Amino acid sequence: MLDQQRDYVLRTVEERGVRLIRLWFTDVLGNLKSFAISPAELENALEDGMTFDGSSIDGFSRIQESDVLAIPDPNTFEVLPWGDSRSDTKATEARVFCDIHNLDGTPFDGDPRQVLRRNLQAAREQGFTFYVAPDIEFFYFAPPERGQAPVPLDEGGFFDLTTTDVAGTLRKQTIRTLETMSIPVEYSFHEDAPSQHEIDLRHTDALTMADSIMTFRLVVKEVAASQGVHATFMPKPLEGVQGSGMHVHLSLFAGDDNAFYSADDDYNLSPVAKSFTAGLLRHAAEITAITNQTVNSYKRLVPGFEAPVHVSWARNNRSGLIRVPIPKRGNASATRIEYRSPDPACNPYLAFSVLLAAGLRGISEGYELPPEADANLFEMSDADLSKLGIEQLPQSLSDSLKVMERSTLVQEALGEHIFEWFLRNKRSEWRAYKTHVSAFERERYLRAL
Amino acid sequence: MELVAVYPEPPPTDLARTLDLAGYRWKAVGSADDAARHEPPTGWSGAVVACDQDPEGAWAFCRSLRKRDTPVSPLLVLVGGGQLSDLELRDDLFDDFCLTPFHPVEVEARLRHLFFRGGPETRPELVEYGGLSLNLETYQASIEGRPLDLTYMEYELLKFLAQNPGKVFTREMLLSRVWGYEYYGGARTVDVHIRRLRAKLGEEHANHIQTVRSVGYRFGQSRWGT
Repeated sequence: MLDQQRDYVLRTVEERGVRLIRLWFTDVLGNLKSFAISPAELENALEDGMTFDGSSIDGFSRIQESDVLAIPDPNTFEVLPWGDSRSDTKATEARVFCDIHNLDGTPFDGDPRQVLRRNLQAAREQGFTFYVAPDIEFFYFAPPERGQAPVPLDEGGFFDLTTTDVAGTLRKQTIRTLETMSIPVEYSFHEDAPSQHEIDLRHTDALTMADSIMTFRLVVKEVAASQGVHATFMPKPLEGVQGSGMHVHLSLFAGDDNAFYSADDDYNLSPVAKSFTAGLLRHAAEITAITNQTVNSYKRLVPGFEAPVHVSWARNNRSGLIRVPIPKRGNASATRIEYRSPDPACNPYLAFSVLLAAGLRGISEGYELPPEADANLFEMSDADLSKLGIEQLPQSLSDSLKVMERSTLVQEALGEHIFEWFLRNKRSEWRAYKTHVSAFERERYLRAL
Repeated sequence: MELVAVYPEPPPTDLARTLDLAGYRWKAVGSADDAARHEPPTGWSGAVVACDQDPEGAWAFCRSLRKRDTPVSPLLVLVGGGQLSDLELRDDLFDDFCLTPFHPVEVEARLRHLFFRGGPETRPELVEYGGLSLNLETYQASIEGRPLDLTYMEYELLKFLAQNPGKVFTREMLLSRVWGYEYYGGARTVDVHIRRLRAKLGEEHANHIQTVRSVGYRFGQSRWGT
């Protein structure tokens, strides 16, 4: 670390009267974890890291040694915008993302941020930087009661004000907070479903973006909670309306040039873009457990709700898995592909890792891009689809785990530690789900059988 | 006299001879890491950096000596006639320069003068422009008196721009001057940080940073009043 960078952080803490520094990191399931230190400890933390017991963190546990080291990444030091607005105390807080290391200084295998760093390094060795821009959807509800169906703000009569005003104000406040935290917003709008909103972030490098998504989820929830509203990134909270996805726009840059662009191609796609896309298509089923990691995720991936079901690509067809948006003329650097299956409940570090690994595999093996599927796939019969060689994404968490456990690509991308732990954890989630008897079943069978 | 750091390793033979004849104690170092490893407990007393072999490496080396708690000073760079434009906007990275091929007596005279003067002049502590204020001593930025919280790289970029108002920079220039050549991300990083800075400056002040079509960026008004 540059001395000057460390000084910058220490000096800012002093000058801005920061009382508490929150060290942030992410568990394997993508939950934000945090512990706080005082300014007096910060210099030492920046230099040597802070030791803590990892055994209480999901996916960090190991058989013997459980202590790990959190080393702050000073690039991510940021004063939290909600710190001093809280009336009396004026206790300004700051946060900094950490990389988790073993006590001997080597990267800790259970840390998703380190996993993404390792995959980005692999891309860098081939001369690429990986850029990502997500479109994140979420719902605002009245604070949920245990076991009750969620009540959307738009219909619940929860607020006396016209509800669109409340949601609109929330969204505006959220965007302002994001922008003061170095997260520029590209677009935002009310989505199709009641109380559903979308915020699109402006592209940046994948590591910064994964950090930004962690911050984003916290900011959306914090701002909502300050108005007594519950924000959720659950993939399919309401039956019969569309769920919340996180489409990710992906591109590789070689130096300053967009490696996906080619002026000579009919689609303006370079060979790199085509084999990257082919890699994503071929390995899509294997990485779905990571991009869609909950039982509930698969209730979103059904026909009729603008979520992809089939493994296909096209330029302007929103029913396929990958869309290639046509950039405005002369804007070569905007060339990108949009991968549409992930949902905002995924772990962004791991999701970006497997997406990148699948794409890079396509490049290194020179995969052929299959033909574009521009028909509406939802209207085609299964027989026609299989004639075109178009397969479906896994239909349940159980299915996607089965494909994942046979995937050496995912195993290499995640590393043994996370790969094994994730499979164990998610199989047990599936077993718990299987024992559940749902309202659907009682409705359908109780009287009839 | 304490040790003077000399770059690269091995240094040009005529430079080594000149330093020896002038009576300097010196040590050749090939990288920033090397310089840190061989640094005497009291610090380097100065540095001579020959830029003509590997200019990028040499400037990165200068940067590493300057961006630390106690910047190494005085620092003399040797540049070829074709490299004079490289000096532009790097005033913070060196104290004096000498053209190669050099005359040994000139190098000796310049070093003697640099050591006599005892380091660079102190820089101004405050940069102010249209409501924006940067305190270089405390690293704090504010706008209309309200603190502006920035990440380290955002601060460095804004500082560089605000110190050179009215001047147009290409992305490549900003990348090499603010991040240094060793940074991997490419000029796209610059766009990303500019967008983040504008968002933080807020609607009223975002236009301090102007996009100059198909060239790059400019801070503040053009010097030609357009």
